[in-house]
Amino acid sequence: MPTGAKGVAIRCSGLRKRFVSRSSTVDAVDGLDLEVRSGECFGLLGPNGAGKTTTIEILEGLLPPTSGEVEVLGGRWDAHADDLRQRIGISLQETRFAEKLSVRETLDLFRSFYRSGLPPEEALALVSLQEKSGAWVGKLSGGQRQRLAVACALVGDPELLFLDEPTTGLDPQSRRSLWEVLRALRARGRTILLTTHYMDEAERLCDRVAVVDHGRVIALGSPGELVARLGGEHVIEFALEAGADGLREEDYRGLPGVSGARIDLEGVALTVTEPHVTLPALLERLGRERLALARLATRHVSLEDVFVDLTGRHLRDDTASTAA
Amino acid sequence: MSRTGPFRTLLLSRLREFYREPEAIFWVYGFPVLLAIGLGIAFRERPPEEVRVDVVVAAAAPDAGATAAALKALEGDRRFRARSCAGEECAQRLRLGRTDIVVVARAGGVEFRFDPTRPESILARARAEDALQRAAGRIDPVAVAERQVEEPGSRYIDFLIPGLLGMNLMGGGLWGIGFVIVDMRVRKLLKRLVATPMRRSDFLLAMMGSRILFMLPEVALLLLAGSLLFQVRVQGSLLAVLAVSLLGAVSFAGLGLLVACRAQKIETVSGLMNVVMLPMWLLSGIFFSSERFPAILQPVIQALPLTMLNDALRAVILEGAGLASQSLRIAGLVLWGAASFVLALRWFRWS
Repeated sequence: MPTGAKGVAIRCSGLRKRFVSRSSTVDAVDGLDLEVRSGECFGLLGPNGAGKTTTIEILEGLLPPTSGEVEVLGGRWDAHADDLRQRIGISLQETRFAEKLSVRETLDLFRSFYRSGLPPEEALALVSLQEKSGAWVGKLSGGQRQRLAVACALVGDPELLFLDEPTTGLDPQSRRSLWEVLRALRARGRTILLTTHYMDEAERLCDRVAVVDHGRVIALGSPGELVARLGGEHVIEFALEAGADGLREEDYRGLPGVSGARIDLEGVALTVTEPHVTLPALLERLGRERLALARLATRHVSLEDVFVDLTGRHLRDDTASTAA
Repeated sequence: MSRTGPFRTLLLSRLREFYREPEAIFWVYGFPVLLAIGLGIAFRERPPEEVRVDVVVAAAAPDAGATAAALKALEGDRRFRARSCAGEECAQRLRLGRTDIVVVARAGGVEFRFDPTRPESILARARAEDALQRAAGRIDPVAVAERQVEEPGSRYIDFLIPGLLGMNLMGGGLWGIGFVIVDMRVRKLLKRLVATPMRRSDFLLAMMGSRILFMLPEVALLLLAGSLLFQVRVQGSLLAVLAVSLLGAVSFAGLGLLVACRAQKIETVSGLMNVVMLPMWLLSGIFFSSERFPAILQPVIQALPLTMLNDALRAVILEGAGLASQSLRIAGLVLWGAASFVLALRWFRWS
């Protein structure tokens, strides 16, 4: 059984994947380097189309890379596939299990593929789906299906878990209950690699996050570190009355306590260290220029701000910034 | 906790999915039997038809005795359904086609009234005259003996049952393998399965195993329905029928796998299956003999797997042939199946 460098679950370097079709050539993954440590929950964060799924499917051994090196649990897919399959668990972005099989039967099926693993009832208990054990998969809600998908990934008692957008499309309560499942797994020492385009998910679950855009890692670190790079912990968001021209970004940056300023369609966002210092100065300056406020709010900095700062785009929608 | 092997759980899953789908059960098991019953009834051998004869009893009969004699002669013959009525009523019944012929007694003989453009009336005239002349004492110079042939084995239903069996084996292989696999691919279930340590051979063998298990009731039901409802007898050994059916099922499962090996959409595989099946529905002798097609087409028709299967099934079921006499067809089916399998595995797309 191959064992890798101590403490490293996944390592890849120079990863590239090029999709060639008649009409276009797309570099979905474009020189991506990554190292996931054993026992951590690692998040690939990026907007739709950033190359997250392509990356995770290459790491899962489901897609061959165009070039680059991949090492998973110290093994390589071309040499140790059988062994690796026994040691990892996977939840794809979307799998529709057989509708006419019960939850328990589906888990029994997946359990039978592994040499060792959890009793199916235990895997069900991990995702709090015991009471649905006898129900047909076709009768489950979206959140329950997603938890079943995670249970199927867990039933082989994997050392390493891959989850591709595990909570996309779920209601807030289902998302929260799935987060609990994942937190409990990490507490048991399992390594988790997940992709998400939800900021809050990455912030709450992940020890470290790689922000991915256009097939590359553009920032890497713990959510706290990434946020700290913005130079402030708070954001002041405001908009001026319609028709007002306002100030330039440089003018805002000149205000006391402001470490960053951005103007876009929705208004102005200032990254600040101390709101109680910046706010009076801002109001005083706007008053002097005879600019009236339409709204103003302060909040904590999030990974969303990090992403916008790095790319000039929001994560969810791909609206380009209007900032010059 | 019970640990079962992946082949068994895969097979079990497939069986459960199948029997929990009432529609699938109907199309696989119910429909062919209904088709056999419907066609068997539509094309059944009819009993010899009665001839309907009206005899006119005139109020002032010139010869009441002759009428009575005529009626008696016809009534005594079970080929006739005779009734007597008044002249006007008889004419009306003839016009409306309720009787085939009207016999009017005349002095010294009878008069036949009928429409010569109606075949049944011409038949009625010949039969009625024959019966009357004999009743009156005619002696035929040539002795005629009759033997009516209506043996099981030569009827349409006998021809049909093996054809339906073959058609069902083809449909089952293509739908039961081809459609199911593409459906699993669309659902990304195939991809999810290969993301586990599952051996791909276990999966394919389980699919094949499920086909063989589904095939057994298919064959049994059709043969049973044929036997109970239409007295279709299996002349050859049941084991030989089973062996040929098994080979057909496996061979068409291979074809199903080939059809499904790359299709990414249900629409694609449905189209492909129709392209594969339609020529065989038409040409391979399900409902009528493939020999009706021109000689120039015969080499192609004889090379189709369903033609081989249908011909082998008919030989075993209707003629009581042994497997050895069918070795060429059996070899052909093996070749079709093996070639499909090899190509399907080479081109197969799991995701």
